[in-house]
Amino acid sequence: MDKIWPGILKPAQLTGAGRPVLQPNEIECQLVDAVEMQLETGPTVPSFRNALVIVSTHRIICVDENSRSAGAIALGSVCRTFPPKKNLKSFFGSPKMRIQLWSKNGSVAAEAASATESAITVVMVFRGQTSPDSFITKLGEVLEAKAWEVDLKNFRVESENSIDGGETGTSTSGRGPANNFASVPPVRKLNPAMAGVAGILRKEKEQLEEADKNLQEAFSDLKALMSKAKEMVNLAERMRIKLLAAPSQQNSTAGDEETGNQEIQDLLLSVGIVSPVTKESAGALYHQQLARQLADFVKIPLQKSGGMLAMVDAYCLFNRARGTELISPEDLLQACSIWASVDVPVAMRRFESGVVVIQSKSHNDEEVSMRLEILVKQPEAMRQGITASDAARALGLAPALAKEHLLAAEMRGQLCRDDGADGLRFFLNILIDLDVSKAFQ
Amino acid sequence: MEQFKMPYFYNYPPYFTLQPVKDTREKQIQLWKELILKYCKQYKVFVINLDEEFPLFGNSAIERKLSHEARELFLGALVAEGKAEWLDKAHHKCLILWRSITDWANLILEFVKENGLEDGVMTLEEIRTGDETHGTDIAGIDRTVLVRALKVLEQKGKAAMFKGTATDDEGVKFSA
Repeated sequence: MDKIWPGILKPAQLTGAGRPVLQPNEIECQLVDAVEMQLETGPTVPSFRNALVIVSTHRIICVDENSRSAGAIALGSVCRTFPPKKNLKSFFGSPKMRIQLWSKNGSVAAEAASATESAITVVMVFRGQTSPDSFITKLGEVLEAKAWEVDLKNFRVESENSIDGGETGTSTSGRGPANNFASVPPVRKLNPAMAGVAGILRKEKEQLEEADKNLQEAFSDLKALMSKAKEMVNLAERMRIKLLAAPSQQNSTAGDEETGNQEIQDLLLSVGIVSPVTKESAGALYHQQLARQLADFVKIPLQKSGGMLAMVDAYCLFNRARGTELISPEDLLQACSIWASVDVPVAMRRFESGVVVIQSKSHNDEEVSMRLEILVKQPEAMRQGITASDAARALGLAPALAKEHLLAAEMRGQLCRDDGADGLRFFLNILIDLDVSKAFQ
Repeated sequence: MEQFKMPYFYNYPPYFTLQPVKDTREKQIQLWKELILKYCKQYKVFVINLDEEFPLFGNSAIERKLSHEARELFLGALVAEGKAEWLDKAHHKCLILWRSITDWANLILEFVKENGLEDGVMTLEEIRTGDETHGTDIAGIDRTVLVRALKVLEQKGKAAMFKGTATDDEGVKFSA
């Protein structure tokens, strides 16, 4: 798509499952599908049909699901929008919305400040079944909120700090929604009070106070928690890094404490879907988008658990990561069953015993079977066999899943079983390869 | 008597668990059939009683033994092959034919010829435990098997059985 409208749509990255990669602090707000994009004024370019359009706090992202490409318009470039007119004509035809963009020399300008003309108008024609009203409302809201400016400001502050209070602030005769940051005074120049050990300590204290304030605000009521979600995730991330660094500082940490730390780390790691797909934001596209988000999400848990994850575990992890926007088991199953029809790197699998798991497509049974083979060929295993829990430890899987692998290997004739006094144990199947005529010599 | 040398897989625990997977189980059955025949031949066992402990079916070294189901299955496989026969309908006792009845008959005939017993008379007990057969394969032959082998010879016209006054002096007259 980036090839289609050069200079207007900035190329946007997609995840392996075909969802847009969000920028730091960006939150996805609303989706609408079956949108036809045209260019009304500006360079002559072909229009394209049937795009999935996502409005986030920072961008309007257009995804072409067939070619797996995406382009985005930064909200900062939006000059103004013209929502569809409510009249008889629009009642019968598809609703259209015009978006006028700041532009410079025939391509879209990043911000109003550098624009010389506003000559590019994008037309979105909503051809889908669902009403675009919520999309248009949301777009209005995010344009109002100007979340991207906050980031730009922070970015400026950071870069100023990094050059030790050098020349700051570019003087521009800006106009339009994006001119505010230019007049922001430099926040931190080199401050004598911030220097030295005392300065570091003071900074540390300030950070603590800020975290405390965030926590208190966040938990004062649910709505506040939602708006603080981003900070909470950041806080969690910071704590995780702190915890990671901690053991190296203290040499004599009790083993107990370490495992505790590990647990907290794991807990914090799994906080993290900043922008969960919800029924509200995705509407009819809910399950499809959920499927894609889930596919992206399970990648890391899958790697950790040896390429296979029980559906129950996936459900818990996913919901914990989503925080307040919980999904039902039915929604999860439905999302997983959509995987077969969209191109994602994971798949749902049902074992003969009825156990349902998620596994990555790159995960192959051959590798597992090889590792099992090595395991059962150890002298100890040749004498005593292995149990499901032995296999679970060696493969890094849940015991129930390890047992499924053992049973599958038995079915292939690779293993055989010993149902003795101490439970079911598996051995290398030496019987199958024996030649009866030679076995007794 | 020479100690029977167990095959190495006799110490492999899965050998004693009935395998649920078809291919593996078939191989397991074959290995057991062969082992039962060889073992019975070595120790001249003619009848296996499933209600009694049979040393072959348990391995105390690895603390494993065959389930009743497995024993019946393995013996049943021998029966299907004609190398064993159930002696009762409830499948408690099994006659193991590690040498077929025809082979037994031929063996007896050979023995008769070698010892110049053509036109001679012997009681069944003499054949089983007598001095003449001592040291040959025929010594210790199961009575049921012996009677059936002699009947085969009878049909060929090479022997004639006759009854004495008591069951233990049944006799046979060879006419080879």
